[in-house]
Amino acid sequence: MYIFDTLVHRMRRGCQTMPYPQEQAPALPDRHGGTLRLDGQKCPDDCQFCTDVCPTKALYRDFDNTKQLDLGRCLFCGACLTACPHGALTQTNDHRMAVRNREDLILGKPDQEELRLAEALDKKLRSMFGRSLRLRQVSAGGCNACEADINVLGTIGWDIGRFGIQYVASPRHADGVLVTGPVTKGMELALRKTWEAIPAPKIAIALGACALSGGPFTGHPEHNQGADSIVPIDLYIPGCPPHPLTILDGYLRLLNRLGKNNK
Amino acid sequence: MKIVAPFSPLVNGSRISWSEIPSFAITELVQTTSDLLDKGARLCSWFVLTEGQDHSIVCVLAMDTESLLAIARSEPVQGSYPSLTPRHPQAHLFEREVWEQSGLVPQNHPWLKPVRYILDQAPANAPFFQVDGPEVHEVAVGPVHAGVIEPGHFRFQCRGEEVLHLEISLGYQHRGIEKHLKGGPHPLTVFQMETIAGDTSIAHATAYATNMEALSGVEAPLRAQWLRALALELERLANHTGDMGALALDVAFLPTSAACGKIRGDFLNLTALLCGNRFGRGLIFPGGCRHDLEPSRLGTLLKKLREHIADAQEAIAWFWDAASVRIRFRDVGVVHTSQARDIGLVGPSARACGLVRDVRFDHPAGWHRFSQAPVAVWPSGDILARAKVRTLEIERSGDYLLEQIKNEVPGPISTTLSSPMPHSLAVTLVEGWRGEVCHVAITDHNGLLRAYKITDPSFHNWTGLALALRGTAVYDFPICNKSFNLSYCGFDL
Repeated sequence: MYIFDTLVHRMRRGCQTMPYPQEQAPALPDRHGGTLRLDGQKCPDDCQFCTDVCPTKALYRDFDNTKQLDLGRCLFCGACLTACPHGALTQTNDHRMAVRNREDLILGKPDQEELRLAEALDKKLRSMFGRSLRLRQVSAGGCNACEADINVLGTIGWDIGRFGIQYVASPRHADGVLVTGPVTKGMELALRKTWEAIPAPKIAIALGACALSGGPFTGHPEHNQGADSIVPIDLYIPGCPPHPLTILDGYLRLLNRLGKNNK
Repeated sequence: MKIVAPFSPLVNGSRISWSEIPSFAITELVQTTSDLLDKGARLCSWFVLTEGQDHSIVCVLAMDTESLLAIARSEPVQGSYPSLTPRHPQAHLFEREVWEQSGLVPQNHPWLKPVRYILDQAPANAPFFQVDGPEVHEVAVGPVHAGVIEPGHFRFQCRGEEVLHLEISLGYQHRGIEKHLKGGPHPLTVFQMETIAGDTSIAHATAYATNMEALSGVEAPLRAQWLRALALELERLANHTGDMGALALDVAFLPTSAACGKIRGDFLNLTALLCGNRFGRGLIFPGGCRHDLEPSRLGTLLKKLREHIADAQEAIAWFWDAASVRIRFRDVGVVHTSQARDIGLVGPSARACGLVRDVRFDHPAGWHRFSQAPVAVWPSGDILARAKVRTLEIERSGDYLLEQIKNEVPGPISTTLSSPMPHSLAVTLVEGWRGEVCHVAITDHNGLLRAYKITDPSFHNWTGLALALRGTAVYDFPICNKSFNLSYCGFDL
């Protein structure tokens, strides 16, 4: 009876994997707000409402006094949105946030009001990793929220196995490393060794505000202020933690596997 | 109040003036603490307050049956003091931590070594306990583990496949949280509280916010307390459901693991419905909550909650129906009740050893003063018991949430706090999904933080995992570890 019941339950549940990316991406929670947009030209020269409230100093004035927002430092707390009286900062409800270069996360100047989304890997790397990407995840001071939402992509709702993406136990089996956390001094050696153990060609992904800039712990001497001083990063995924949709978009963007609806 | 004498009594989530805290010579503090522990008190926190060259010890005890906390401190100490650990093993990590931070030596401590400091790059470099004899060998695992999981080092002493002893060495995740809180709160403090252990954001943020509210003498509005209680149970539901799925996966029982992985995400999405973030980031701050549940949102929450709870219960019923699952968990990874009491286990791990311990019930603060979920207990101390307690708590949490949603209280969701009172101490315990989260805040003459001590439930419970492994085989480690599912960063801070 028991096996029969299990089969019946299984059939009644049906397929629970989402149709994304063939179809439109599901909406983010309405209070999430997605990525941010900063139109620095709307900022008066002496205005510092947003810079005063930003806890990580993600908002600052550049040398030429233009207002800048570094999404790599941003915790998406929304304090700046409430503080800004000039409408310079807006939420886009867009989940797409992954970039290839760290400076592509810095917004504010003309033509750079939004982040510059990641390009795919070059043709040679795509031919190797495009249908089979094995990642060795290293949590180097991650708080288990980024890790949890990396794990959630493996569940039946998201099923990243269908894209040939898998998290593996041995760096020898991996094509790249996926780093979370600000890279604590305690994990620095382990991360270096893991990176060295992965055979070339290989890629590195930094995921979450900590791995990009130190996140809520920015400035503490107990860590390395992010992963890119330790390993050369190919993909940056911001957020605290990034929504699973943002993470998946990043992977698929890198591998050029997004459907035409979702580019 | 006599019951805690000569310590000062206080209730969970309250403030006491620094000068009212009784101060003893260190030997006397150790002796009275030991006496109170003999009478059934529990050690919540034991930490060192360092100012210049002066070190003094602060001790927080919980008297569960009286719903009272008890507090005392020592006069400045130098050199060493008689260790509590030989008589009360629950003090062992606290004393190691004090030694690591101040150099104060607990005399006769059986295993004095660092807790989380970095010696020559890796914390695990301190010598490990070793077993000698024929066929004895060591297995070293970590810091990087096989799955997507935080880092820690495990050193097994084995004879053949049998584990004689497991030593767990952590510290890899240390981010310097407590040290940088001095002189605070800083603009980043509330964000750091939410990421002490990122899967326990609500419990840690609630403890911090309650402390700051107690220090300024203002209570958060009732509706904010209600919202915090709802969010705390959503956090528990998500994590317990995830744990049931993970346990099923490790014994290759795929129907439950597949379903629970998905349902866990569904519960996280309910937290996101409330505040936009799946882990509850940005919901709680000192003074109240940032987001409200307006009627339509509350309606959606209620409807989805009913569906997800039913889904979770169905998937978990498959698990318990399978004899192959039950037999794999029975009598494996046993922690006996007396051991659990000795080492001071908390949360579901303690309740799975038959200990009736739940902060929501024993030390109600906030919304839990008006309503409590029944305490879920199972006596056998094995993996089966830890899974049973989680199953019961998913049921109880679900019922509790549905009931509390009906008891919605109107009113504002936040208030403005005055500045924290100087020369004070506040303690808050919150029953997170892993167990007791304890935060102690001490202010200086300006009302700024002089010290802030955080004790994640994992700090108490890692020793439980080490004991559970004794006499099992190395291949039992994954299921034992999952059955505790402790936090690395919550321990490392």
